[in-house]
Amino acid sequence: MNLSIRLTINGEPRNFVLDDPRVTLLDLLRERLQLTGTKKGCDRGQCGACTVLVDGRRINSCLALAVSHDGADILTIEGIAHGDQLHPVQAAFIAHDGFQCGFCTPGQIMSAIGLITEGQAGCDPERVREGMSGNLCRCGAYAGITEAVLEAQNSLTPAKTERAA
Amino acid sequence: MNRFDYVKPASVAEAIAAAAEPGAAYLASGTNLLDLMKGGIVRPSRLVDVSRLPGLDRIERLPSGDLRIGALVRNADLAHDVDFAKTYPAIAEALLSGASAQLRNAATVGGNLLQRTRCNYFYDTASACNKRAPGTGCDARGGDNRLHAVLGWSEGCIATHPSDFCVPLVAFDAVAEIEGKNGRREIAVEDLHRLPGATPELDSALEAGELIVAVRLPAAARAFSSHARYLKVRERTSYAFALVSAAAGLVIDGGRIKEARLALGGVAARPWRADAAEAMLAGARAEPAAFQRAAEAALTEARPSGDNGFKIELARRIVVRALTLAAAGTPARVPALPASPFASVSGEVLHA
Repeated sequence: MNLSIRLTINGEPRNFVLDDPRVTLLDLLRERLQLTGTKKGCDRGQCGACTVLVDGRRINSCLALAVSHDGADILTIEGIAHGDQLHPVQAAFIAHDGFQCGFCTPGQIMSAIGLITEGQAGCDPERVREGMSGNLCRCGAYAGITEAVLEAQNSLTPAKTERAA
Repeated sequence: MNRFDYVKPASVAEAIAAAAEPGAAYLASGTNLLDLMKGGIVRPSRLVDVSRLPGLDRIERLPSGDLRIGALVRNADLAHDVDFAKTYPAIAEALLSGASAQLRNAATVGGNLLQRTRCNYFYDTASACNKRAPGTGCDARGGDNRLHAVLGWSEGCIATHPSDFCVPLVAFDAVAEIEGKNGRREIAVEDLHRLPGATPELDSALEAGELIVAVRLPAAARAFSSHARYLKVRERTSYAFALVSAAAGLVIDGGRIKEARLALGGVAARPWRADAAEAMLAGARAEPAAFQRAAEAALTEARPSGDNGFKIELARRIVVRALTLAAAGTPARVPALPASPFASVSGEVLHA
């Protein structure tokens, strides 16, 4: 059974013919496109390392069948910087030591971008921590992660945070 | 994961026809189904992908005042729908206390209702499990069972239903709209999930091939909007299933309870509606003594299924706390830590 799908990945429209419907979005990115920035941690939706944005929303790509997402717009960690210019969330993670080993970091950053877009957490660290609870960090860099997300939130949505404050 | 045929129907009618084949399963977002398939716990021979079926992703107010929520509405979209969150705040709070933001962005209303138990022995294919493999026994009995059921369980199965969303749905008399090969029917969400008895392999009252297309909340449930809470004790602060949870709604007039709604989660194979406690609360003053009596009534039939006797007392206390917080009033916004029993009463600021 061959299944044709079309995805936009980091802004580039791509056509795929899948020979097997079992391919997840995560495996499509890593194994067929060599976009290995998105990590496979638990592969069961428990750790968040595989977080990507699908049509602007953060999801676990390990629990998403590629074939089910025909037409979707996918944004991965490889697609957020402009050349050498880091995305503000990437820069904030570096500035605040929001990682140690770095394995969970692409998922953390994509999740943070999703969180900021959702606009529910504002500048409340408790809401940021709760909103980021789907991303585990075995090194325990949570304090830096929270600071990084708060700083990025401020730099990306100054008007919104002023209103909330 | 086993091999399967993949079918993407264009309409509900096509989906039902495609799912008539034995071994077929509906795929919505797949946050539970794909996890189960990766573990070899379920092995459908055909997936009928309903995730893009038209018309099932709407939240609409009906002329009757009821709210109709399409089965494909995502958990996050429902919880953040301003009208919904204002009208049914305990349900929004329950949704936001479940899973993670990523999962809530994907998971659907229908899928939440039909998610399977998280019993470790159900998930471990090397263990005996009557729900997964009927007749093999239950390794949870005599196993690590501190999280298991204290109400409605049987010798054959002590698993619990893991949903948060379903607990207030049951409390507020939600109805599931179902399509199948024999047409449309409705069933109270309270009657959707089955107690295990001698057939723990049957999770729900759905017939093979039936599809939940919507959940309807009655207009009458809006009366509870200013006194409604969902509380949930977890073993970590966030992103964990309930040890015990409770949804409570009150209508209070002059310090007296006119009407009460109460359901428990994490205690049985289905959300547990506490009818006797509700009846006891009606007409009582909204004060601790009444909440304590209600808690006793709600857990009268409870008994441990293993090392989980503590859940009975925990459930009583969560009932009292949920009723106390409901009586204090629904917070203006879902608290930063949704459903946390450790939040302040106002639930507004936890880090101050």
